[in-house]
Amino acid sequence: MLLAQLTDACGGPGHEEQVRNLLRPEVTPLADEIRTDAMGNLIAVRKGPKGNPHVMLAAHMDEVCLMVTSIEKNGMLRFRPVGGIDPRVLVAKSVAVGSRQIAGVIGAKPIHQQQASERERPMPVDQLYIDLGCTSRDDAGRLVNIGDYAYFTTKYEQLNGQLSKGKAFDDRAGCSMLLDLLRRDHNVAISAAFTVQEEVGLRGAATAAYDIQPDLAVALEATAAADTPGAPDHKHATTLGGGPCLTFMDRSVIPNPKLVRRLQTLAQQHGIPFQMRRNTAGGTDAGSISLSRTGVPSAVLALPCRYIHSPVSLLSRADYHHAVELMSAFLHSLAESEVDSL
Amino acid sequence: MDIRSILRSLSASPGISGYEGCAADVIESACPWIDESRRDTLGNLIMLKRGSGPEPRPKIMLAAHMDEIGLIITKIEKEGFVRFTTIGGFDPRVLLAQEVTAHGRQSVHGIIGAKPPHVQDPKERSKTVPLEDMFIDFGFASEQEAAAVLTVGDPITMRRSAVDLQGSYMAGKAMDDRAGAAAMLECLKQLNRMEHTADIYATATVQEEVGLRGAVTSSYGIVPDLAIALDAGFGDMPGVPDSDTIQIGHGPGIAIGPHVHPKLFEAVKRTAEEWNIRYSLEPSPLPGGTDTFAIQVARAGVPTILLSIPVRYMHTPVETLNYSDVAAAGKLLAMFTASVENGFVEGLLCY
Repeated sequence: MLLAQLTDACGGPGHEEQVRNLLRPEVTPLADEIRTDAMGNLIAVRKGPKGNPHVMLAAHMDEVCLMVTSIEKNGMLRFRPVGGIDPRVLVAKSVAVGSRQIAGVIGAKPIHQQQASERERPMPVDQLYIDLGCTSRDDAGRLVNIGDYAYFTTKYEQLNGQLSKGKAFDDRAGCSMLLDLLRRDHNVAISAAFTVQEEVGLRGAATAAYDIQPDLAVALEATAAADTPGAPDHKHATTLGGGPCLTFMDRSVIPNPKLVRRLQTLAQQHGIPFQMRRNTAGGTDAGSISLSRTGVPSAVLALPCRYIHSPVSLLSRADYHHAVELMSAFLHSLAESEVDSL
Repeated sequence: MDIRSILRSLSASPGISGYEGCAADVIESACPWIDESRRDTLGNLIMLKRGSGPEPRPKIMLAAHMDEIGLIITKIEKEGFVRFTTIGGFDPRVLLAQEVTAHGRQSVHGIIGAKPPHVQDPKERSKTVPLEDMFIDFGFASEQEAAAVLTVGDPITMRRSAVDLQGSYMAGKAMDDRAGAAAMLECLKQLNRMEHTADIYATATVQEEVGLRGAVTSSYGIVPDLAIALDAGFGDMPGVPDSDTIQIGHGPGIAIGPHVHPKLFEAVKRTAEEWNIRYSLEPSPLPGGTDTFAIQVARAGVPTILLSIPVRYMHTPVETLNYSDVAAAGKLLAMFTASVENGFVEGLLCY
């Protein structure tokens, strides 16, 4: 698994170079052809026998992060989230800013100096700032620029049992799964798209799909698991350790029912645990791929992850393994299918 | 190892109030400049560096607290999640999505979980998450699995290594008051190359954050002629008036208030001026928040003074300081303590 390096790397929307540079040398020996497009998508093509379907597998390289919007006179950096981040998780965290990964912290007023009423409200993002230890705008301006991205500094690590923690599992876990799938032989034409700018509107997948012109597509994703205290069962959305998740609908797509049925059937046949995602929030690359040209039958296979879009999330390596197995079984099944059967 | 590196490792060491053993070990092993050391009943680490004067020599107590604020387990849920409360003053808003370490039968790492935006109701974001609704996810699948390692009452510390920022700035947990301990070490290191008449009792105290408790017993045991406490003071930051803070990077604050002996204050200030050590004045109308307050009323009373190292974002896991302030506090302490003679000590009793 390249997952540790992939999640420790930084890549905000439009600046996925660190992730792309990790993936490219891994993917190159596994592909018949490799290319990047105008947006920065990395596309690896595996040829297959004619007559079988050509499948696009997509995983996005970008992650949610912060953007420096101004450098104050006192050397502090103001910022805004890029992608969906709850500002409440930003308080008292360390970050790395810009291409030089300058260390900074997001501080908070000492409890001793607060009015009791202040503590009843979350700190709004416009009251937060990044402290680099600079004492003037000039000092800070030598190190970072307006528009630079700031990233959480959480390191990948295995925790108890089958669990791992890290930042950006959404969607470096998908990138890692896609790489693992390319390492196997499936005797079917695969275009693997490591996409950009998913977190700001599924944008890279749109151009990649136009270019690839697949017969069908699956987005490999990480999705929210809310199986935690305080959430009633019906709001869990997905369960960590419950196997990979299939989506019947999200904000961006109604996956092709035949594809979903095929994935369910294959999981049952191979004894691979899976779960349906019991929530329709959020969008995925499958949304923009499904609308490419005259339309592409698309599905989503997602890993349940707790605390995504926060500085530190959790995944189950058992779920990861099962997701790769299910996807591999699906690819094998395509090798025996006619395009028209879809 | 230089003392800045020692502060880095001290910052990462676990030691919530009442569980300061690890921090004490780090301080003691970093300090080759002393003649003897002991720990008292409460766990205070008392390190003696003898002076060169004839007996009876003046006894100077230095005090920096080594406990940090933290969390403690209150309940293990059926699903293996852990509930907690705070030890010392944490703003619950700084706790979401922090990594922590619980110190049970073994040390285990976990996360204070935060609900992803995707599964929040729109109104939730405008509310804070109350402490009693928070939980720690150690990755245990059941209560039994968790209970094999953890139990109610186990201490929890923030899991964070100190980071170096620009210049001499650094950020990390527990700078309050491991920074004071580092200043004390800086002082002892300098005194080692100097002549000093007085006996120096460098004390790393326990349980300051829950009521200055270690300072009570350690000062009773030492019976000092004068005492200097070192603690973190509020560093300047946006959103807090300058009048309520000490400027970072401009040396330690010298406190003024009922907990500071007037002659001691004048003498320390004069020392700073003689040696060109920068300092700020820190008016303290509410003097109850540091070890100074407890030591001052030990036995029949002790002349006390407080040096504050400016720290931003106090009581968060990213307490930020400028190391030059720690070094300056250490130098001021060394220069002042080296100047103390019996005559000065006797003068402190004359009003």
